[in-house]
Amino acid sequence: MKMLKKKHTANARTAKTIAQLPEKKPAPKSREARMDHWKKVFLGSMEKRGLVMSLVVYTLLITIAFIYLYPMLHMLSRSFMSKEDLLDASAKWIPSSVTTKNYKDAILALDYWNSLGKNLILALLPTICQVIITSMVGYGFARYNFPLKKLWMGLLILSFLLPSQATSMPNYLLFSRLKLIDGTVKPFVITAALGQGFMSVLCILIFYNFHRQVPQSLVEAAEIDGAGHFKAYFRIAIPLSLAAIIVVTLFSFVWYWNEVYLAQIYLGYGTTRNTGLTTLMLELQRFEDSYNVTFDARASSVTSPNKLNDAIKMAGTMLSILPLLLLYFVLQKQFVESVDKAGITGE
Amino acid sequence: MAGKKVKNPHDKRRITKRRVSEWVHGYLFILPWIVGVCIFFVYAMVQSLRFSFSNIVFSNGITFNPLPNAWDNYASVFMKEINFPVTLANFGLGLVLQMPIIIAFSLIIALMLNGKIHAKSLFRMIFFLPVIIATGPVMQQLTAQGVSTVPMVSANTLTNVLSGLPEFIAAPINDLFSSLILILWNSGIQILIFLAGLQKVPSTLYEAAKIDGASGWESFWKITLPVMRSMILLNAIYTVVTLATGGDNEIIQLIYTVSYAATKGYSYGAAMSWIYTAVVAVILLLVFLLLREKSDKHVKYETKRIVQKGRRWQA
Repeated sequence: MKMLKKKHTANARTAKTIAQLPEKKPAPKSREARMDHWKKVFLGSMEKRGLVMSLVVYTLLITIAFIYLYPMLHMLSRSFMSKEDLLDASAKWIPSSVTTKNYKDAILALDYWNSLGKNLILALLPTICQVIITSMVGYGFARYNFPLKKLWMGLLILSFLLPSQATSMPNYLLFSRLKLIDGTVKPFVITAALGQGFMSVLCILIFYNFHRQVPQSLVEAAEIDGAGHFKAYFRIAIPLSLAAIIVVTLFSFVWYWNEVYLAQIYLGYGTTRNTGLTTLMLELQRFEDSYNVTFDARASSVTSPNKLNDAIKMAGTMLSILPLLLLYFVLQKQFVESVDKAGITGE
Repeated sequence: MAGKKVKNPHDKRRITKRRVSEWVHGYLFILPWIVGVCIFFVYAMVQSLRFSFSNIVFSNGITFNPLPNAWDNYASVFMKEINFPVTLANFGLGLVLQMPIIIAFSLIIALMLNGKIHAKSLFRMIFFLPVIIATGPVMQQLTAQGVSTVPMVSANTLTNVLSGLPEFIAAPINDLFSSLILILWNSGIQILIFLAGLQKVPSTLYEAAKIDGASGWESFWKITLPVMRSMILLNAIYTVVTLATGGDNEIIQLIYTVSYAATKGYSYGAAMSWIYTAVVAVILLLVFLLLREKSDKHVKYETKRIVQKGRRWQA
């Protein structure tokens, strides 16, 4: 194979020098033709990938796919294991008996159904605000020219690039002075409604790119036909940007679902559960504490039957990402394809 | 409409009724964001800068007590908080090490996915999965389980190889391998960005190169890479931003605990977050300078040199 490769590059080099000459490439000799044929089978040509290359590509892809899935598979198999299986080295992947006790315990410790409902509110309301506002702002930037536009664009990019740690504290103080830190969704909705929600800038840029690709003449034609600026936006721009709306909705939902830092700040995070809203990610972060409280296992000894173990932790982790996994498997195509459709990449 | 009376509607300096209405409507559309960015970004930035240069006390609103030395908070971050410089250095070093891996890895995956392969959508689905589920607490749980590393890489061989190196270099490399899966998990969006970019490379370029006798290897270096340069820059910036704002970042957790702890307080945390912001900004700037398209500048420099040489000859 090595030889073949060498030959291949050497051949390419001569081919290059030949190509620079005005004459055409001389017809290959019979031995070379044979070599060429096998080379094509193994190394492939421009049109078709060879056997070696295919093998390399698929091996790499499958290996990397396994590496990607490995933590997930581990989580899944662990979460069904009984305590005995955890200690048993022979049951590394497949549990000897499938138990759902871990999930039952984790549901109790996470206060799952309650937290799930709260998390849904906390993810959905800001998402709706975010989609509406970022769509408008993205459209405004894409469609209109106005003085100081460059300044605002610069500010937009800057607020995306710089980490939010410097601003989160004054914002927290502002909200707490306005008595808005009360364990409700208010701070999230307010920031999202003013285009300052989580990852809002990215959403604005997605809409900006999308609306810029829409032919101006379409919108202008509507305006000439008597549609006002807002009517043109509602009747033409919004229906045309449906793909972008789907991406932004899906991603905003996922981002808000997974957000930990802001949730910690705005919900008044502590080690004990408060009465206000919560997210499953926050609950997962304090899983050990709440488990010990729920099962009163802290005081009891190592041999206690209710001692927290890895399997229960994995079940808890699994439960907290389960809604997202379901969403992903249902809307997988929209997630993956929309990213390049909506032009997240920018031109 | 108003445009009728105007002699030259394309004259940009001319203020017409139509243009004013464009301005007004443009501002109307972005108004919510302008209000938001002024309150939650500009004002907040100024405010936290003020925090960091004073000692703030909360009683009936905020009182800013002047410090004996303006830079006291910043100094004490480095003097007292032993963890901070170390964590910050680790963060910077980790970023520098992780970024090339993420970029190279996602480019390779994108190239493979861009070719003709079976089950393309299945692979795409798998590679994109971490974007949905990889978050701070989940990562923490998985790291605690020890599944953040590739099972095949034996820890012993690695430590043997690294034992020859000094500690400050060996430690980040060791970290790198011990969290290889997490690093790869961070490449989902980057893969898609590269994929989208690859699909925009005109196929005529490759055909022309092929006619000239270029091999696939050559056309990768001479066509794909130069065309993808802006995508690489975009991805590098995106990587820095996501890694710097990600919740599983130790330094952010440190800033959070310090800021909201009763004993240390806001001004201290504000100084810390400003140092962090400055470091991230510097890294971004370096990335930008390193990866931007510099061919123009190079040409300019060369011509300048040649012209100077010519003058010297004349003299």
